[in-house]
Amino acid sequence: MTVATDDTLPATPRALRDEMIVFVVMAVLLAAVPFTKIYPFFVMQALCFALLACAFNLLIGYGGLLSFGHAMFLGTAGYVSGHALKVWGLPPELGILAGTAAAAGLAVITGLIAIRRQGIYFAMITLALSQLLYFIYLQAPFTHGEDGIQGIPQGYLFGIFNLANPTILYYTVLAGFLFGFLVIFRAINSPFGEVLKAIRENEQRAISLGYKTDQYKLIAYILSGTLAGLAGALKVFVAQNASLTDVEVAMSGLIVLMTLVGGLGTVFGPVFGAFVIVAMQQYLSGLGQWVTVIQGSVFVICVLVFRRGVVGEFAHFFRRSL
Amino acid sequence: MQALYAQLLVGLINGSFYALLSLGLAVIFGMLNIINFAHGALYMMGAFVAYFLLSLGGINYWWALLFAPIIVGIFGMILERTMLQWLAGLDHLYGLLLTFGLALIIQGVFQNYFGSSGLPYSIPDALKGGMNLGFMYLPIYRGWVVVFSLVVCFATWYLIERTRLGAYLRAATENPTLVRAFGINVPRMITLTYGLGVGLAALAGVLSAPINQVRPLMGENVIIVVFAVVVIGGMGSIMGSIITGFALGVIEGLTKYFYPEASNTVVFVLMVLVLLVKPTGLTGRAA
Repeated sequence: MTVATDDTLPATPRALRDEMIVFVVMAVLLAAVPFTKIYPFFVMQALCFALLACAFNLLIGYGGLLSFGHAMFLGTAGYVSGHALKVWGLPPELGILAGTAAAAGLAVITGLIAIRRQGIYFAMITLALSQLLYFIYLQAPFTHGEDGIQGIPQGYLFGIFNLANPTILYYTVLAGFLFGFLVIFRAINSPFGEVLKAIRENEQRAISLGYKTDQYKLIAYILSGTLAGLAGALKVFVAQNASLTDVEVAMSGLIVLMTLVGGLGTVFGPVFGAFVIVAMQQYLSGLGQWVTVIQGSVFVICVLVFRRGVVGEFAHFFRRSL
Repeated sequence: MQALYAQLLVGLINGSFYALLSLGLAVIFGMLNIINFAHGALYMMGAFVAYFLLSLGGINYWWALLFAPIIVGIFGMILERTMLQWLAGLDHLYGLLLTFGLALIIQGVFQNYFGSSGLPYSIPDALKGGMNLGFMYLPIYRGWVVVFSLVVCFATWYLIERTRLGAYLRAATENPTLVRAFGINVPRMITLTYGLGVGLAALAGVLSAPINQVRPLMGENVIIVVFAVVVIGGMGSIMGSIITGFALGVIEGLTKYFYPEASNTVVFVLMVLVLLVKPTGLTGRAA
């Protein structure tokens, strides 16, 4: 089951050092954004999608499991957070917690079902499960159907920080992103991550070595779904709404595309891919349906000639691990 | 009772489409090891080709039933020759991603020119009207769709399970290298198989054109239901795909009558139940 990384370098001290340097550079650059003329809402949106793509990448890039339904975590967390903030009037920190916890619960349930099959079937099952949720949300009263939950209040984080202030909101979202990123980074560089890679490369062999591979896959799936939920909860504060578009199949496809463009199984690829795709959507939004055609073309080109993705090709060229 | 029979008929018709589509998916998966995500888009193309043949060329429904699958099948074979064949030997997932991209391109192009609304396609004169069966009123066209789909499904089953060509096909699915050593042109068989699977999808599209209108996104949701059908039935057996397709269509129709709120979700719920009880699918081999 070699997905993308036919030439994965072992987690050597040098690789780890390279990745830490890039991480620090990335964090500093992102922290400097409010001091530039860059539109903060664009970066915040991209950060939410970057966390989402990183969570997705944990499954495909390290566990070899392609989830075609990751939008269900984004949408579920968005709806639950939005409802908690607007209807229950919870403070932001509890709203984020509620959305993330809901996504975690959903991941436990769907994970137990989906990991019963591998490979191509896993992709079809996750896709079908997310479609099931889409129809439930379409009919459930609390999601307000086609309208979605509108005008969600941002409130005061910990009772002090006014999230209606773009700069404060920006650093809150950035903190959430960096937290999620570090959790994933820690997971893939741990013994747990090594077992996941072993499962990706040869599941039968991992089983014969005594690993309960189903448990590892389930834990990876739950971790991935929970962090995707965190991304969805943070996105509520940026967009101030939660709608059906976040649960659609097209959204799941977009998550796959971001990761593919950046590089499956690379540490920083999903972040890069998320920024590229969000920027593309922003700048091409005047083209209407041609955006879909362009996205499809990017898919085709990536799969045919560019399977390592941008960051993956770069890392391969310089024989570095990124 | 009238309403129950009517929903049963709708279920049988949807079941016909599920059967034709999942049959094509299973045949393609057997030979190419690819789950064809573009299947829904190609189903839509079948309907559009029928529409163009009628509105631009004045070619009627009966010829469209023949020509639309051939035209879309050739289009599919071009896709296979130019793109899909390069994925041989790679992980199955790349085939899924590539065909998903193709589906986005095809649907995006059609949406761009035809919007999201439906174009009408009228029922051919010979199949207009209905019959009173005593217990229900049967619109002739709808009865025709069910009967014709059954015939096509069983013809495909016969072709694969009972003819020499089908024997080559099944052998090449099991061991392509050995079959090549016997002097059979396996790459050409793969191309033809993809064309056959795609042609079945296009045929389903033509059949559905007078019922569901011709819309750019008509295949978008259908393909996901068909994926669930394939997970439930397993892709190991041709007959399994046919029976599962029809059965799930009927169950969906019955749900519309007894508990309409769940009619969109019932197939997915059944998929979950089957996975919990028998993870390999009802007829499938372990993947």
